[in-house]
Amino acid sequence: MRGIGKSFPGVHALSGVSLTLAAGEVLVLVGENGAGKSTLMKILSGALAADEGEILINGAPVRIASPQEAQHLGIGMIYQEFTLVPQLTVPANISLGAEATHAGLIDSAAVNERASRVLGELGLDFPFDVPVSRLSVAQQQLVEIAKALATSARIIVMDEPTAALSGREIERLFEIVRRLRANGVGIIYISHRMEELPRIADRVTVMRDGRVVETRPIGEFPAAEIIAAMVGRRLTAHFPEPPAVPPNAPVRLEVRGLRREGVNDVSFSVRAGEIVGIAGLIGAGRTEILRAIAGADAPAEGEICIDGRPLRTGRVAGAIEAGIAFITEDRKAQGLVLGMTVRENVTLAHLTDFIDRDQLVNVARERAATVRMIEELQIKTPGTEQLARNLSGGTQQKVVLAKWLLGDARIFLFDEPTRGIDVGAKSEIYKLMVDLIARGAAIVMVSSDLPETLGMSHRVLVVRDGRIAAEFSRTQATPDRVIAVATGAAA
Amino acid sequence: MTQRERFDYWLRIGGAVAFIIVLVVVVDIASHGSFLQPSNIVRVLRQITYNCILGVGQTFVIITGGIDLSVGSLVALTGVVAALFANTVHLSGFPLIAATLIVTLAVGCAAGYVNALPVVKLNLPPFITTLAMLEMAVGAAFILSHGRPVALQSEDFQNTGIGSFLGGLTSAFHLPSIPVPVIWMLAVIVIASVLLNRTRFGRYVFAIGGNEEAARLAGINVARVKTAVYMISGACAAIVGFLYMALFSSGSPQTGTGDELLESIAAVVVGGTS
Repeated sequence: MRGIGKSFPGVHALSGVSLTLAAGEVLVLVGENGAGKSTLMKILSGALAADEGEILINGAPVRIASPQEAQHLGIGMIYQEFTLVPQLTVPANISLGAEATHAGLIDSAAVNERASRVLGELGLDFPFDVPVSRLSVAQQQLVEIAKALATSARIIVMDEPTAALSGREIERLFEIVRRLRANGVGIIYISHRMEELPRIADRVTVMRDGRVVETRPIGEFPAAEIIAAMVGRRLTAHFPEPPAVPPNAPVRLEVRGLRREGVNDVSFSVRAGEIVGIAGLIGAGRTEILRAIAGADAPAEGEICIDGRPLRTGRVAGAIEAGIAFITEDRKAQGLVLGMTVRENVTLAHLTDFIDRDQLVNVARERAATVRMIEELQIKTPGTEQLARNLSGGTQQKVVLAKWLLGDARIFLFDEPTRGIDVGAKSEIYKLMVDLIARGAAIVMVSSDLPETLGMSHRVLVVRDGRIAAEFSRTQATPDRVIAVATGAAA
Repeated sequence: MTQRERFDYWLRIGGAVAFIIVLVVVVDIASHGSFLQPSNIVRVLRQITYNCILGVGQTFVIITGGIDLSVGSLVALTGVVAALFANTVHLSGFPLIAATLIVTLAVGCAAGYVNALPVVKLNLPPFITTLAMLEMAVGAAFILSHGRPVALQSEDFQNTGIGSFLGGLTSAFHLPSIPVPVIWMLAVIVIASVLLNRTRFGRYVFAIGGNEEAARLAGINVARVKTAVYMISGACAAIVGFLYMALFSSGSPQTGTGDELLESIAAVVVGGTS
């Protein structure tokens, strides 16, 4: 791949990215969340089109306009999210889109034959005639790999294939990767786990901010230097210095022994006027912790206290009443009703405050409150009656914030508060956070943007495998230390 | 809305209205002027009354992303129950009508509650739970009535079924009388429209339909709102069952099991709800 560039509205996702892959080689691609790895791989597999640059296979330039074309060129992609059809059997999934037919009907003997050949090559043994939904997540991951192999791919991209696997299954996967390499298949392997690298990589390419920063053979690339390359000396956005937490500030939020799927014995507390950042890789359990506090999921165990009073867990309405505001990660899926107006979205969580004695909603008062919020947060909308759908990402995020600022929440849980929004809107949101703690609020912030987490937090908790693996004070928290813990390079 | 969107919106509405006017005029000319006679307009209103009331209930359910297949057979069940109840109690006149209506509504609401229970507790698709209710309600109607229409013994319901509203006033102006069921329909429409557009409950109904997860995270009790919409649909079916019973002076296990279900859904979908 040569000089690949790609922009999304407002961001340069990739610029001038070049990389080479030899036959029979494992190239490991590392980089922080948002460094551009997945975008690059989506371009290679035809899911996205590059704005500039070219792709050459065996020296010949190729155009990859769709996943089908990528498949014909021998590029197999194993996504992080499964692309299996849960109701179909293993052989049916492996042959999906390339079924052998006989007189217009699916030749199930050939389909089964093909599946057993591929699974045999991989040394896998599966129950054949059950829908894949009955297999474990790890088994599904292996079926996903088998599916890519069945297309006789010469280039295979694996996006964090071990994320869902346990120790023994990881061994088996490595074995498969080695076998493929021996057969001359080129493999691009995306990983976040430092400890895997020496065991599987031939070369390591580090990406950062949409560029390739360094590529070296694994033997000459020690983990510490890989991390340094990942973190880099980057342009840091300007963060307002959060005012110090008063020494006698009371504890606003206390979490003790929280436990549920993906969250393992998490305890921490946040004081009034404090911002606690939660760092960690995607899938480490960060969002799950916030959801449990906000009542969106019921924890299996554990206690949550607000201002010293225990909170009945697992009830969103109860959490809101206790003063918790949960600004979700995915505003389109969880934060907004896109088909409703700005006004209706802003008042949704506190509609009870806008009910007159006749039990009807007082639209005039709603409108006044929304106008106030639009001015306070400088929401760029033509008016209160604009549909949320028609607003830009940053503006939508501000509408979500307005929804939660309307009540008298004192605990704000921010999940990726600035993802996908422009720099101007970002600094406004940072300023708002500082305003909130100045008024005595407590903030818990989850962010994959490490400089943001470090720049805005008084303390940083690093989550790994659902546990708090380390805690750093503002002065101790450096990108290297945090990444080392998050990726498991240090305990 | 921007100016442009507002323009497009009114253009669409205007287009639809213009289309209907053209259609009515064409039909009127083709029928040599009898279609637009007041008496015919009243006849049309009377005909759409029952499906319209069912459609109102169905609207609530469909906005939340569900569907209620049981409305037609609930009409049969509630009609049979209404007739049996009216024949059993020792009341007459207004108390009889009121008591019968209350009992009928209670049956409709209860059926709606049963519809909603597996939807909100077990996350079963409403298509399945209301289909089950469709079968159960018809079955119950047949068992209760022994398969035959239950003839109403009292004549107190005649005005409700076929009477006219303010008959003296309309005839003074040489206008056709407005049937009582049409008044029921208008009342149901007004109440539903206020409920949907002006109350917190209505806002929550739309929010759940638009984005259930966002609604839940805003602290809305999604299960309770969903339960309520199925109960409203059941209540609307009960009103129709009651009016049919009054109209025919009997509760038949076979009413409501024809086109009612399809037409109630069609009314909602053609009306623009999704």
